Amino acid sequence: MVEPLPLSLHIPEPRFRPGEKPDFSALRTSAPGEARRPPIDASPAEMRDLTDGLIRVLDADGRAVGPWDPHLEPERLRQGLRYMLLTRAYDERMMRSQRQGKTSFYIKSTGEEAVAVAQAMALDKGDMLFPTYRQQGLLIAREWPIFEMACQVYANAADRLKGRQLPVMYSAREAGFFTISGNLATQFVQAVGWAMASAYKGDTRIAAGWIGDGSTAEGDFHYALTFGAVYRAPVILNVVNNQWAISSFNGLAGGESATFASRAIGYGLPGLRVDGNDFLAVTAATQWAAERARGNLGATLIELVTYRAAAHSTSDDPSKYRPSDEANYWPLGDPIERLKDHLIAIRQWSPERHVQLTAEAEETVLAAVKQAEAIGVLGQGRRPDPSTMFDDVYKQMPWHLREQRREMGF
Amino acid sequence: MPQLNLAQALNSAMDVMLGRDPDVLILGEDVGYFGGVFRCTDGLQRKYGARRVLDTPLSEGGIVGAALGMGVYGLRPVVEIQFADYAYPAFDQLASEAARLRYRSAGEFWAPLTVRTPYGGGIFGGQTHSQSPEALFTHVCGLKTVVPSNPYDAKGLLIAAIEDDDPIIFLEPKRLYAGPFDGHHEGAAVSWAGHPLSEVPDGHYTVPLGKAAVRREGRGVTVLAYGTMVHVALAAAEEAGVDAEVIDLRTLVPVDLEAIVASVEKTGRCVIVHEATRTGGYGAELAALVQEHCFYALEAPIARVTGWDTPYPYAFEWEYFPGPKRVAETLVRTMETRA
Repeated sequence: MVEPLPLSLHIPEPRFRPGEKPDFSALRTSAPGEARRPPIDASPAEMRDLTDGLIRVLDADGRAVGPWDPHLEPERLRQGLRYMLLTRAYDERMMRSQRQGKTSFYIKSTGEEAVAVAQAMALDKGDMLFPTYRQQGLLIAREWPIFEMACQVYANAADRLKGRQLPVMYSAREAGFFTISGNLATQFVQAVGWAMASAYKGDTRIAAGWIGDGSTAEGDFHYALTFGAVYRAPVILNVVNNQWAISSFNGLAGGESATFASRAIGYGLPGLRVDGNDFLAVTAATQWAAERARGNLGATLIELVTYRAAAHSTSDDPSKYRPSDEANYWPLGDPIERLKDHLIAIRQWSPERHVQLTAEAEETVLAAVKQAEAIGVLGQGRRPDPSTMFDDVYKQMPWHLREQRREMGF
Repeated sequence: MPQLNLAQALNSAMDVMLGRDPDVLILGEDVGYFGGVFRCTDGLQRKYGARRVLDTPLSEGGIVGAALGMGVYGLRPVVEIQFADYAYPAFDQLASEAARLRYRSAGEFWAPLTVRTPYGGGIFGGQTHSQSPEALFTHVCGLKTVVPSNPYDAKGLLIAAIEDDDPIIFLEPKRLYAGPFDGHHEGAAVSWAGHPLSEVPDGHYTVPLGKAAVRREGRGVTVLAYGTMVHVALAAAEEAGVDAEVIDLRTLVPVDLEAIVASVEKTGRCVIVHEATRTGGYGAELAALVQEHCFYALEAPIARVTGWDTPYPYAFEWEYFPGPKRVAETLVRTMETRA
């Protein structure tokens, strides 16, 4: 008689821990230019290969190659570079502010700036964005004032959110930027609902939602893909696979056995797996999905493969769970460097101009942040009127909140 | 004036609002072609089309999340959650999202969402078709919680809820859809026909949110009730021969404190009844309010008659349900107590 095999549990572990030498050779990639570009009305069943490959445009020499080259004007490329540099400079400045005690909390997007900046630029101004807390580049690319962003982080008297939200949980209706939730993933299906409403009204605007690799494990991810597919909602659903959810590597969200883009297959949606650090590839994939949505052809899932080069937040210490130099081994490079190299390769840029633009971005950020700091920072200067903390719970304040406001002494 | 049962009155409210406002749409499981498992949306898809009365996947979290996005766009979605027992997958979208959008965005974003859902027992639904989860919603700031007890109010409150710009949990006492129910389960079911509150006007009217109604005037004891328990309390008062004043709260948040205080100051006694489990139930909030605002008028301890702190047991429905006998006993005991 054969003894039955004892069952064993697979516990996913990242390949490298602190002190070990990172090696990303197992990361599935394709050569730049290798992925094919199907027509926008292609059937999702005929493009499953795109969920497993990697859409890339920029090659190692900074040239744009292959069918996904969006052929952007140099001026637009320089604009994208400028927005990414502004985003990085803003992140660095606010990180320093947190270390100086001017705010309790900050979240950087270092290393993944191309995702938000290229996607914002690939969409129309009227399209509605449902971001996570790591897409500050969307606001910067939509030219939302950095001053407003800094006031929110400082929760000062000019904070449009009146000191109610954790730093970086921005909201900017005028910029088509939905209020950020700290409850992850909820915005994903809300984006689908907004897109359904736009279609219901015969509008022409589409929606885009973002989610991290980690929070694809939430039910909202499944809801979003289900509703997006069922009603062919005009929405772009973006998974920012930056490899890490705080200390959890993406294998804990099921990234070991299949790509996040391939989740689309089971829903009958097109899925595109894209080099998230390739400004041109991100632009092209987003344009493709937007065109599809505008043509009433429905939703697209895009996985943006990138790397969270910074800590999760100022409250996190990644050296405790991953090699501290892991970012240096990331095979898809740095999005700013890669776009810079491309502009130089096509003779539309120079190292000198880059140094100058970087300095200008830092100065722009510094001026805006100083202006915000002159009003107040956390615990110092002018803060929002605390009597307003009872407003906006409801459209009109009910008796019990009026009573509590009185009890508070207002 | 047409006589409608409670389900028909709700149908009429949605019919009126679909007809008046192109931004109103209905969505939920089985609500479209089929007309809903309790028939509340019967005929609406035929009249307004599949685009406006939308069948959805079996996905409460998805329905509410998508409806929230629609509300942010500018529509007025009316969601049906097939049973209140199924609302839990949507709880994050309700408690963390719908309830807080306006606050966290400082008024930039909001979703005028109405979530209708049948709740309560009395239909042999067992654990997953009988619950009364109102306290989970009344505890969430930013939500309003509404519970009608009759066809007239059901229509007027639902229209008021759909027109309101805040997210609303609209709990429908499912045992009352077809007729009033006083807890005497052993007798034949009664229909709404002939009941004065089944006279439901055609067209548009509202019953204001946040306003209670006195269903029976009395000077001996105040009974605070809502939903099915309004009818149970009325029967219990008659059967106990107690001079009870029965208040139908209609809206739990914001609650009509003035009506509660006026009554308890008059009677000096208060009995709170609800079907939901006792611990942490909405009755605890009511008891606290009465104690805070009416302490010196009280002549007896505030009493609660509620469902037991167990899951709703299928075969023991009538041991679980706080029927007229239990309510009557508590009324008598409260009347006999002297401070």
